[in-house]
Amino acid sequence: MSDTLQIIDESGKKVGKAPRLKRETLLRMYRAIVSTRSFDDRCMKLQRTGRIGFSIPNKGVEATSVGAAAALDAAQDWIAPHYRDFAMMFYLGIDVNGMFDNMFGNADDNAVGRQMPVHFSFRDPVNWLSISSPLGTQIPQAVGVAMAMKQRGEKGIALTTFGDGSTSTLGFHSGLNFAGVFGSPVVFLCQNNQWAISCPSEEQTASESYAIKGEAYGIPGIKVDGNDVLAVYRVVSEAVKRARAGEGPTLIEAVTFRMGGHSTSDDPSRYVEQSEFDAWEKRDPLFRFETWLKSEGHLDDEKIAAIRAETDAEMMAAAKAAEAKPRPKLGTIFSDVWEQMPPHLDAQMNACISHFAERDEAVDEKGEFPL
Amino acid sequence: MVQAVNDGLRTIMKEDESVLVMGEDVGPKGGVFLATENLTKEFGKERCFDTPLSEDGIIGVGVGLAMNGMKPVCEIQFQDFIYPAFDQIVSEAAKMRYRSGGQYTVPMTIRTPYGGGIRGGLYHSQSGEAYFAHTAGLKVVIPSTPYDAKGLLISSIMDPDPVMFFEPKALYRAGREEVPEGMYTVDLSKVREVTQGGDAVVFCYGAMVPVCTEAARRIKESRNKDIRVIDLRTLMPLDEEAVLQAARDCGRVVMVHEAPRFCGYGSEISALIAENAIEYMEAPIKRVTGFDTPFPNTLENYYLPDARRVFDAIEEVLDF
Repeated sequence: MSDTLQIIDESGKKVGKAPRLKRETLLRMYRAIVSTRSFDDRCMKLQRTGRIGFSIPNKGVEATSVGAAAALDAAQDWIAPHYRDFAMMFYLGIDVNGMFDNMFGNADDNAVGRQMPVHFSFRDPVNWLSISSPLGTQIPQAVGVAMAMKQRGEKGIALTTFGDGSTSTLGFHSGLNFAGVFGSPVVFLCQNNQWAISCPSEEQTASESYAIKGEAYGIPGIKVDGNDVLAVYRVVSEAVKRARAGEGPTLIEAVTFRMGGHSTSDDPSRYVEQSEFDAWEKRDPLFRFETWLKSEGHLDDEKIAAIRAETDAEMMAAAKAAEAKPRPKLGTIFSDVWEQMPPHLDAQMNACISHFAERDEAVDEKGEFPL
Repeated sequence: MVQAVNDGLRTIMKEDESVLVMGEDVGPKGGVFLATENLTKEFGKERCFDTPLSEDGIIGVGVGLAMNGMKPVCEIQFQDFIYPAFDQIVSEAAKMRYRSGGQYTVPMTIRTPYGGGIRGGLYHSQSGEAYFAHTAGLKVVIPSTPYDAKGLLISSIMDPDPVMFFEPKALYRAGREEVPEGMYTVDLSKVREVTQGGDAVVFCYGAMVPVCTEAARRIKESRNKDIRVIDLRTLMPLDEEAVLQAARDCGRVVMVHEAPRFCGYGSEISALIAENAIEYMEAPIKRVTGFDTPFPNTLENYYLPDARRVFDAIEEVLDF
């Protein structure tokens, strides 16, 4: 077990060897974090005003998401994500309009309004597997995705992400075990944000860390400062390189902190001490990266203000556009269950549509006739 | 039948390189019932391989393979062992197409021996088909003859959606039938008329098909009544029209399965007929099923519906 890798310390000072990254890449990473904060703020406002039902705050964990995303090759790698990795999506260039379509569950939502908000699925610009609510199920799926690539002699790898709570699931065990046995090209990224809803890490495991669990599966386990975007980038890059070279999977534990509730329905002050929030506030990944970028001459206050204004405006516009779109048509309750709709379902669909049409209830609040 | 399963797997693996066979002991051993015998030898361990002893892993990894271009055929050694994978089947495989708006799909087949008749007790005898037929997004297929086993299996593997393929282990080595060589398919939405008749109809599937056929033969012998035996073959999607037509034609219905009665598949058949063809019924619909208990060992022959119980039920609907 290695110690926790850190490259930029809490004050934004460089304490390790920084990976070589182009300025353009560094700024893209920075922007992804800022975009996530803007997205969070917008979603919180939308939820508090009753316009969306739910969101997942990402404040505090963005460096883990972005550091990992920057280590991938979106053209060939697959992601089997959990639901707290928005910054990864922003870094990879997933369309923010598509994200808001999902938040509103409108007619353009890739999940066709069938899932709760934040359960994204995309094929472009990266294979971003459909997010599930039951935890840990994506972990063995990532192994299967990776095995398929290996079987065909492709160079792609699969990255799967999950929280500390998910290390207790069946999927964590079976996923790591299969990947170890088959030497699959997978990177397991555990976002240890200290809390599984209201349950702290010590209620989740008696292990000295999550990274050490890799050992039992014959997989290297590495612990990294998850609030240090460069350190995360480095360890994920190395794990991706190993996987691509056919050297097998890696488990990475990124130590970070969820600086908000589990979801917009959660009040963390009921179970997290204020002192813990205060302590982690000082380790804020955005502040840290920003300070370092400034010290390197990549950013100044003016530029920071401009980027923030831009991302805020971008989120506002995307949210507005998504809110204005109609709901999915009633028939979409029944489509995509099987490739071909069986007769019994076709009958149910027709009965449903005529039931609401006859009662004049098929008109939604936006005046759209959703049939 | 188990040879027909093996032949089906070999045939489709030759045809389609993306078909993989995986599960516990399916490799060199060829599976505990030899359904996958010689496949590793013939196709290599990349195409037919043993996995760790983890049903959740087999299906979870299978879902990933299927989403990324492969057609995995996952074996669950006994259907009784499937429950650790229930989440992956019901919440993942079954819902992937729906929840991703068709962006991700799971063309996976889950083969599993089910049912009693081998003195397997609680955990080598279960018939859990109703759990899966209840889940939108899955298909549920149960053959009862070698010919159907091969043809339905090939259709299942080629199907774009996840298919639960339940193999009646009691029939694995029972009965012989010529099975055509090479590729052929059997439609996944059509019943099979096993015997013709118009005096009563018996709906059944899997290992109950020969039981019901025998009961029908005895009725013919003792009372000269012609009983139509219908093998449902595909529980989901169900050939509703064929079921209703047979019910209307005969007016007297018996439904037989070895799974427990309460919320069993027979309830659905009864409800379907009650809702759509009640005016044709000359007698109450009768169910012959396993009991609403776990599956016993020593007394399994008293638990499983046999020709005698089916015979009695047919007599009841005939005499009503």
